Amino acid sequence: MRPLLLKKFTATSCIGRGLEQTLDSLVGQRSGLKRCAFETVDLDTHVGEVPGIDTAALPAYLQRFDCRNNRLAEIGLRQDGFDQAVHEAARRWGSKRIGVFIGTSTAGILETELAYRKRDPQSGALPANFDYGATHNSFSVADFLRRRLRLEGPAAVVSCACASSAKVFGSARRMLEADLIDAAVVGGVDSLCLTTLYGFHSLQLCAAAPCRPFDAARDGISIGEAAAFALLERVPGTLSSDEVLLLGVGESNDAYHMSAPHPEGLGARLAMQAALDSAGLEPGAIDYINLHGTGTPSNDRSESQAVTSIFGPTTPCSSTKGATGHTLGAAGALEAVISALALQHALMPGGVPTAHVDPTLAAHYIREMRRAPLARVLSNSFGFGGTNCSLIFGRAG
Amino acid sequence: MKIAAYVGGIGVLGPGLGNWPDASAVLSAQRRYESVPTVLPMPTLLSAAERRRTGRVMKLALAVAVEATTHAAVAPARLASVFSSSGADGHNCHEICQALATEGREISPTRFTNSVHNAAAGYWSIATGAQCASTVLCAFDASFCAGLLEALTQVAVDEEPLLLIAYDTEYPEPLHAKRPIPDAFAAAMVLTPRPQSGSLARIEASLGSEPADLLTDLELERLRASIPAARCLPLLKRLALREQGRSVLEYLDESNIIVQVDPCI
Repeated sequence: MRPLLLKKFTATSCIGRGLEQTLDSLVGQRSGLKRCAFETVDLDTHVGEVPGIDTAALPAYLQRFDCRNNRLAEIGLRQDGFDQAVHEAARRWGSKRIGVFIGTSTAGILETELAYRKRDPQSGALPANFDYGATHNSFSVADFLRRRLRLEGPAAVVSCACASSAKVFGSARRMLEADLIDAAVVGGVDSLCLTTLYGFHSLQLCAAAPCRPFDAARDGISIGEAAAFALLERVPGTLSSDEVLLLGVGESNDAYHMSAPHPEGLGARLAMQAALDSAGLEPGAIDYINLHGTGTPSNDRSESQAVTSIFGPTTPCSSTKGATGHTLGAAGALEAVISALALQHALMPGGVPTAHVDPTLAAHYIREMRRAPLARVLSNSFGFGGTNCSLIFGRAG
Repeated sequence: MKIAAYVGGIGVLGPGLGNWPDASAVLSAQRRYESVPTVLPMPTLLSAAERRRTGRVMKLALAVAVEATTHAAVAPARLASVFSSSGADGHNCHEICQALATEGREISPTRFTNSVHNAAAGYWSIATGAQCASTVLCAFDASFCAGLLEALTQVAVDEEPLLLIAYDTEYPEPLHAKRPIPDAFAAAMVLTPRPQSGSLARIEASLGSEPADLLTDLELERLRASIPAARCLPLLKRLALREQGRSVLEYLDESNIIVQVDPCI
């Protein structure tokens, strides 16, 4: 593929609003996971909750979109001047030439969960002010962002469970190469809700303590929430050396099981290899891997096998989900932004709070942050249904 | 770059439309349209255990996927795929929301696994062994056009054969009152970068602001307007008539998709 420029990017999660706080937490190896006190949830688990969502407000003309997910999107796009960068791009390219491709798994379904508690006792009807299209429907977040940023180009939500917001980079890449657009707002927004908390609990996949990816005693995930965005454009003639490029995208399917990964990580391997092929790179060109690393016994085992089958046992890798929680449909974009920060600031995030790396996992998992110049980083995102996506980012120079 | 592809097999299932030959006869006015509730077949390509776990949305998507690939000259396992739907499994979603509003809040693992928007795509890849790239989109009422654009750009840019599936089913009450999709409708197309034996037509898409095509038959127009996936009907009509020309499909607020159709035979 032709490389693309991450003209602007930003992330908001439980480890920080915007890049400065996020970087600070990564360098300080801090986790944002706390004992779950979300809504009325009574589960013994930790979550990565973004503080202050309840008091955030949407612009008046977009009130019908008001829900936790779109409030998180609004908070996210106000960080690091992201909305301003999009306005500048719209002035340059025209609002019809900018696409919006956003990943989410549950969008604003929390609104529906709450509305079901307020059904009319006689008729069973949902409250009159409940707006399905602007909150519950998966597209609501892309619809909101498109109106908020006053864009008129193609738009879609990708909803492929936990690979959603990695795959949006692929959609944008194809639209840019086909010359349908000149820039794309890509990203992921997913917020806490009862469906995912009680759902992962029903599968016995939620850890009680903060998740410990690749730990010998790992016992499940911690759910988080995030809004992360990037503005993608074609690469201009001149670039400063610390700008970040999207170099490769690889997508695959396990074709194996709805909720369990392929035991040898076959689909994951196909996605990583496809990303290397699309970037025209050999495995040795990758300096650090930001793992999917959810912290369930089977996911980490299968990912470790997939990673070592391509990269061998020496390429440093870590999961940042012990810091941010698993932000599900936003994880791909959040970890794309973390990969971009790693490249710009020459660091490999430590895989906290893992204490004892599982000796049966051959991948080179790093628990402590390392400072080292990085040229290229690979980021993995895998989801239910066996859907996989790997992204490769690199420094411009 | 031309955003174009060749249409191989087609699959259709909806109210009063049993398959593509049947829909083709209706759309080319050889048979009068009569709206009767959609009948969903058992997905025979799934194992008995998986079949028990599938809801209406999976049965619907798999039915048109099977029909389209049966008539195309490409093995399903070699096809990339784009799934597009406004709302995934509405009945399953209702059951989950209902359970979460009770004291116990217990939902079954299968309900949760099936709640992901990409559940139908997951079952399809498991059933066919397709490990190629696959994505699952939602664009509310614009879901068919979003899927079409994604599919055509992928075929054009990556030069891969691909299966496009657009599908929607109804919600039960009380969500039905808020999202009144009346029944199940789906359409699937195999799209290839080059013509193949049996290719029906070359289609090329562009964005524009001219008004979308409506259907002259009032019942068919009601179907087009009430189920997001059925917004493909003006394109299917032109393909059924083997008629050269442009179909304008309803997309997002200020833009529609213009599809130039050139029949192959």
